[in-house]
Amino acid sequence: MKYMLMIFGNRQLWESFSEEEFAGVIAEHAKFDQEIKASGEYVGGEGLAFEDEVKTVKVQDGVPVVTDGPFLEAKEFLGSYYIVDVESIDRAIELAAKLPAARLNGVRVWPVMAASGTEM
Amino acid sequence: MRELAPQVLGVLIRRHGDFDAVEDAVQEALLAAATQWVSSGVPASPRGWLITVAEHRFTDQWRNEQARRRREMTAMALAGPHALIAPEPDDENIAGQDDSLALLFLCCHPALTPASQIALTLRAVGGLTTAEIARAFLVPEATMAQRISRAKQRIRATGAEFRMPAGEERRERLRAVLHVLYLIFNEGYTSSSGPDLLRVELTTEAMRLTRLVHRLLPDDGEVTGLLALMLLTDARRPARICADGGLIPLAEQERGLWNRAAIDEGVALISDALTRTALGPYQLQAAISAVHAEAPSAEETDWPQILALYRLLERFGPNPMVTLNRAVAVAMVHGPRAGLTLLDDLATDERIADHHRVNAVRAHLLEMAGEQDAARASYLLAARRTTSQPERRYLLGRAARLAGEDS
Repeated sequence: MKYMLMIFGNRQLWESFSEEEFAGVIAEHAKFDQEIKASGEYVGGEGLAFEDEVKTVKVQDGVPVVTDGPFLEAKEFLGSYYIVDVESIDRAIELAAKLPAARLNGVRVWPVMAASGTEM
Repeated sequence: MRELAPQVLGVLIRRHGDFDAVEDAVQEALLAAATQWVSSGVPASPRGWLITVAEHRFTDQWRNEQARRRREMTAMALAGPHALIAPEPDDENIAGQDDSLALLFLCCHPALTPASQIALTLRAVGGLTTAEIARAFLVPEATMAQRISRAKQRIRATGAEFRMPAGEERRERLRAVLHVLYLIFNEGYTSSSGPDLLRVELTTEAMRLTRLVHRLLPDDGEVTGLLALMLLTDARRPARICADGGLIPLAEQERGLWNRAAIDEGVALISDALTRTALGPYQLQAAISAVHAEAPSAEETDWPQILALYRLLERFGPNPMVTLNRAVAVAMVHGPRAGLTLLDDLATDERIADHHRVNAVRAHLLEMAGEQDAARASYLLAARRTTSQPERRYLLGRAARLAGEDS
């Protein structure tokens, strides 16, 4: 079963870290990376840029309209994610709990839809 | 070539005992064969060729390992590597067959997770490359390589031996092997939608390996039952997907598209097993599939027979999924109300109460009972709960159809 472990935040949150705290978070992520790669559970993952770099594209009357920034109503944005292939939801939760964000604003454990299915 | 993989591996394990390193060497020999046999032709004795090349690779590995150790422990005097002895092309030919089974038992070791058992079985017994297995399970190759190497370390750590277990242990381990083969088949079967041919190959591979086990253990009814179940299930493959990739339920499938040859073989296998071996869950599931396969239409299905088979199946191990299937059979024999009553009992079983399949079956039975609104609500609930895209599409389609009938 594949799950996306989603880490949310915004520039303000990331910038509230001291340099040491930030280095600590990076080190924890490096350790986490190593662990899920060694266990054969890593499928993918990336860190995302700050929300200032985001473009929103909407097609209006057939013309793409580009605006700066993500949707205004959001307060926290996807900061980074992992995709893991694990035995169960319990294992996905166990992994999420190891991430530094789990001690801050929480990690979302989001099931990934499968392309397979059974006839009913 | 791939059917030689377990035989070659068996020969080398007998000689060197080092499953982990020897398995890597055989994998390298298979990769070498895949390129060299294309350009310079298949050798006179493919098996002898693979054994010789795998021996070379193993010796190289061993030599490198020794060199590493020598560097690390300079004070230690070490003997040189074994001289390479080229094997006779056809030595240990008879042992080759039995090795496949012992290898399966090793790869399906109870200390491993199902995902690791599957990966190791496909590589060591199936002879698939790590890249092929990774593609089949939609994970990066490095991830699959790591899973396989971890599994081998784990086996080494448990001190498991390359041998045939006996008595109750053998029965237990065979059950694990059959379960792994069943999982491989299912992984391929459920993903056979769309153009994903690489994944469909998993069903072929599972059937090939199950045939191998059946050839080695022709009198084991459960092995025969599993092979029959795979044949009967796979026979429906051409009819279960519509042109745009959507799932077609059994009742609506075009039965003329079913693979008759596979059905005949499956029916013959299961009929034979039922008359001469001890009954078991795979045989019962195959028997249920056979009843469906032999019905000229959904309406003419022998539902009382299917209901009786599900009752027997439940006796082998009460399981909410089996009860759920029995509820469908009950509805077909005694009417939708009786089926819905059985579903109400399942609603208190926390193992399954929230499962999308319960909602999907409830929706079908409500539709049968003529309660369109309630059926539609259940289809939508099931669609929300499934994590399968084709299933969600199917369930939303059913719900939309009912909405259309209302207006």
